[in-house]
Amino acid sequence: MADQVPLSMTVNGRTRRGMGEPRLTLADFLREQALCTGVHLGCEHGVCGSCTVLMDGEAVRSCLLFAVQAEGADITTVEGLAPDDETLHPVQEAFRDCHGLQCGFCTPGFVVSVAAFLEANPDPSDDEIRHGIAGNLCRCTGYQGIVAATRQAAAVLKGEGQ
Amino acid sequence: MVSLLAEHGDDAKPLAGGQSLVPLLAMRLTRFEHIVDLNRVDELFGVTADNGGVRIAAMTRQAAVETDATVAHRVPLLHLATPHIGHFQIRNRGTIGGSVAHADPASEYPAVMLALDGTAEIASASGTREVPAAEFFESTFMTAVAPDELLVALRFSAWDQPAGFAFDEIARRSGDFALAGAAVGIGTDAAGRINRAAVGMLGVGPIPLRASSVEAALIGLAAADADPHEIGRLAADDMDPIGDVHASADYRRRAGSTLVGRILASALAQLTQEAGNG
Ligand SMILES: Cc1cc2nc3c(=O)[nH]c(=O)nc-3n(C[C@H](O)[C@H](O)[C@H](O)COP(=O)(O)OP(=O)(O)OC[C@H]3O[C@@H](n4cnc5c(N)ncnc54)[C@H](O)[C@@H]3O)c2cc1C
Repeated sequence: MADQVPLSMTVNGRTRRGMGEPRLTLADFLREQALCTGVHLGCEHGVCGSCTVLMDGEAVRSCLLFAVQAEGADITTVEGLAPDDETLHPVQEAFRDCHGLQCGFCTPGFVVSVAAFLEANPDPSDDEIRHGIAGNLCRCTGYQGIVAATRQAAAVLKGEGQ
Repeated sequence: MVSLLAEHGDDAKPLAGGQSLVPLLAMRLTRFEHIVDLNRVDELFGVTADNGGVRIAAMTRQAAVETDATVAHRVPLLHLATPHIGHFQIRNRGTIGGSVAHADPASEYPAVMLALDGTAEIASASGTREVPAAEFFESTFMTAVAPDELLVALRFSAWDQPAGFAFDEIARRSGDFALAGAAVGIGTDAAGRINRAAVGMLGVGPIPLRASSVEAALIGLAAADADPHEIGRLAADDMDPIGDVHASADYRRRAGSTLVGRILASALAQLTQEAGNG
């Protein structure tokens, strides 16, 4: 068993410190020490996208990063997207409105990915949306609701209302 | 870095984007006593214009290659191939050096590097050496980079002539590894006669392969007269595919050579358009 090392990063705007082995994944740190249980672990090898978080603004797989690699980084999980506990982020609202989820397991990863995708592509075509969500797997919805939610969120974020 | 690798030998492994290495560790397919993280080594990042070409440091993220203007201008094939690598979340971490060092035969960058005769700059405690792409990929997942060495950068030269470039692949879903794919560059002299042809293929052999029969057939033809679909068929002879759960060897060979024809057509169309405009 390797020695524990100190860990420190900003998670959803707050400094989080902890201790862990060098091989502790960022996903496990976020879930078990920062208590961000919205970070879901599906496949744990980069395929399913459920553990997607923003690291310094970019969507990444938290299961493929070691927590030590995020030293000093600014992490946003699904819990940190909306400004406060009373409000939903437009992407979250759109997933609710358009039935972009059923069991909800994959949803945090989708929401974070879609938020990052729309930041880079504010006005995507349906084809671009389908490519944009290809890095996340959903076993319930058949994706139609997720495509519709992404379309709605894009319109809201552009200020077009619904 | 290289002294750490020299000290620990086979027990140490460099960690780049972690998008291939960490899954292998997570699935317990491999195990290393020491992981040497390259992510905070500033000199391993960045694209520089170099002697009419580009030098891309090994840790440059795939996402950075995708949007770099110098790369798009001087090495269009890298720019065209990058969006086919996994998903944007993967490209935000994955690096060009990691892709090439990992040497998955279905990967995009190794095929582009081979087609364009790129070179690898490799460092160890005893110095730096350059290895051309043709000698870099030794067998599946095996390259010229020894355990105590580090891939430091890749170099590509720009094509200083009228040229067309195209990349495409066949995959079941967006972001999946390709069942077959190819990177094509075709260059002509001022009269529109083909004097340079580069065709690299992925997913159709144990390592990335060049379609030498296709390249030979193109040389000397007038770009406007070349029949891409006829010539593309020759690629079948240059392949050495295996069958697996994703596709049979025969499917890869047939679909792959049809695809080569389409990619040739698209590269040739750019040349004839350019000639028409010029
Ligand atoms: C869901 C998913 C889909 C993917 N789809 C594709 C795809 O379609 N096409 C594709 O090409 N790839 C794909 N990948 C793999 C991805 O592109 C990886 O990023 C890439 O293969 C390895 O790059 P890396 O920087 O992540 O390297 P790492 O995973 O960190 O390292 C890979 C290997 O290279 C070695 N290495 C890395 N850098 C160096 C260096 N500078 N010197 C010496 N050795 C080094 C490491 O020791 C390790 O053995 C996918 C990955 C995932 C998780």
